[in-house]
Amino acid sequence: MWAFLHRFASPRYFYNLSGRLIPWLGWFTLILMLAGLYLGLVWAPTDYQQGDSYRIIFVHVPSAWMSMFIYVVMAVASAIMLVWKIKLADVVAQSSAVVGASFTFLALVTGSLWGKPMWGAWWVWDARLTSELILLFLYFGYMALRAAIEDRNTAARAGAVLSLVGVVNIPIIHYSVYWWNTLHQGATVTKFAAPSIDVRMLIPLLVMALAFKLYYFTTMLMSARCEVLERERNNTWVQELAEKKA
Amino acid sequence: MNEPSLTRAFTLLLRRDLTLAFRHRSELANPLLFFVIVISLFPMGVSPESRVLQMIAPGVIWVAALLATMLSLDMMFRSDYEDGSLEQLLLSPHPVSVLVLAKVLAHWLVTGLPLLVLAPLLGVLLFLPIEAMPALVASLALGTPLLSLIGSIGMALTVGLRRSGVLLSLLVLPLYVPVLIFGANAVDAAAAGLPVTGQMYFLGAMLVLALSLSPLATAASLRISVS
Repeated sequence: MWAFLHRFASPRYFYNLSGRLIPWLGWFTLILMLAGLYLGLVWAPTDYQQGDSYRIIFVHVPSAWMSMFIYVVMAVASAIMLVWKIKLADVVAQSSAVVGASFTFLALVTGSLWGKPMWGAWWVWDARLTSELILLFLYFGYMALRAAIEDRNTAARAGAVLSLVGVVNIPIIHYSVYWWNTLHQGATVTKFAAPSIDVRMLIPLLVMALAFKLYYFTTMLMSARCEVLERERNNTWVQELAEKKA
Repeated sequence: MNEPSLTRAFTLLLRRDLTLAFRHRSELANPLLFFVIVISLFPMGVSPESRVLQMIAPGVIWVAALLATMLSLDMMFRSDYEDGSLEQLLLSPHPVSVLVLAKVLAHWLVTGLPLLVLAPLLGVLLFLPIEAMPALVASLALGTPLLSLIGSIGMALTVGLRRSGVLLSLLVLPLYVPVLIFGANAVDAAAAGLPVTGQMYFLGAMLVLALSLSPLATAASLRISVS
């Protein structure tokens, strides 16, 4: 078991494995995304209250989910890096930050596009919007800290501490903002009772959520591969690879 | 060589930091002056009308306190880092997190505590009703140590960098949001004559959480920054 895990943590093994995984993941992402878009934009019924403009949730909700999921992934990877000193975990954390920030931004933009016709305002200081905005700042802080520190090892460890501090704060921020002011509609999918969303809307939503998750894994692995190559550029296996390609 | 006990090390470090702060009295006044100036900008910038000022007073005082604390974070580790005493601190046989706590306490005593004294005065200037004053002082009493504790993490992460001012605010301000929300909300509720125990409990709970966790994070960050 441990031998297996250690082999997986070796950059060379990771590079080869991810190289084989990425095409599969990429195609699955594409298929799921097209299916989700078709189901969401054509097959799902029109909302009795919001008309067709509710359909933006098929992008908005999955990206909001992903924005939080990726932060947790980043924090877990950071903890692994700090405890077991696995450098690959840091590559994962670093590559996740950019994707996570993009999803956070996407969730904010789509929410704002939806908010204009529904609430009559581009931006409202509501609980979910505000906590999402702060999440975006946390991502920016993480990336800025990493960029500001020259030494790669120091940057990795400092970033790891910051992401762990941030993940402790996320529930606090989420609930504090929630109690402070709220206009956003309540949870319709993740509550404990049966979801109050129509099944024909739920299916495209879940398909899109899965597509977004796969998209994240694909892009994260792609950028992690580049990062691994750059970090290991003085090792023989990378040089052999370069000679083979050339 | 016999080394001082942990309590003794704690008090020694605390006394040293306080002495250092009082030797630089002009620097000591800077955050307070900043606090007063920022608050006095609002009547000029927003409106001098008492009704408007009364409405925004809790938030304005809290945001100013937050910014003043953040500006003063630099004095927590910067000069120690530059003259090398921070490295000595990390080499000491005592747990660094406890020593960090002494430094944070010193920082709070010289920046947070004066804010508490000054806040009611500024409340009067902003037409905050008298009933809200106890809540203002109490929320600041619970909140400003929290600001020092959270800020110490950000400061420890950036102490090794040359120009860290903007980066520090990017790291620390998002983490300050819950403190700001509950602090300002408590004052707001008190001004409206509502009970504030709920907000105070939250501030207290966050203070306990930060007291137990943030020295560990700060100690880890210092080791990273100094290595």
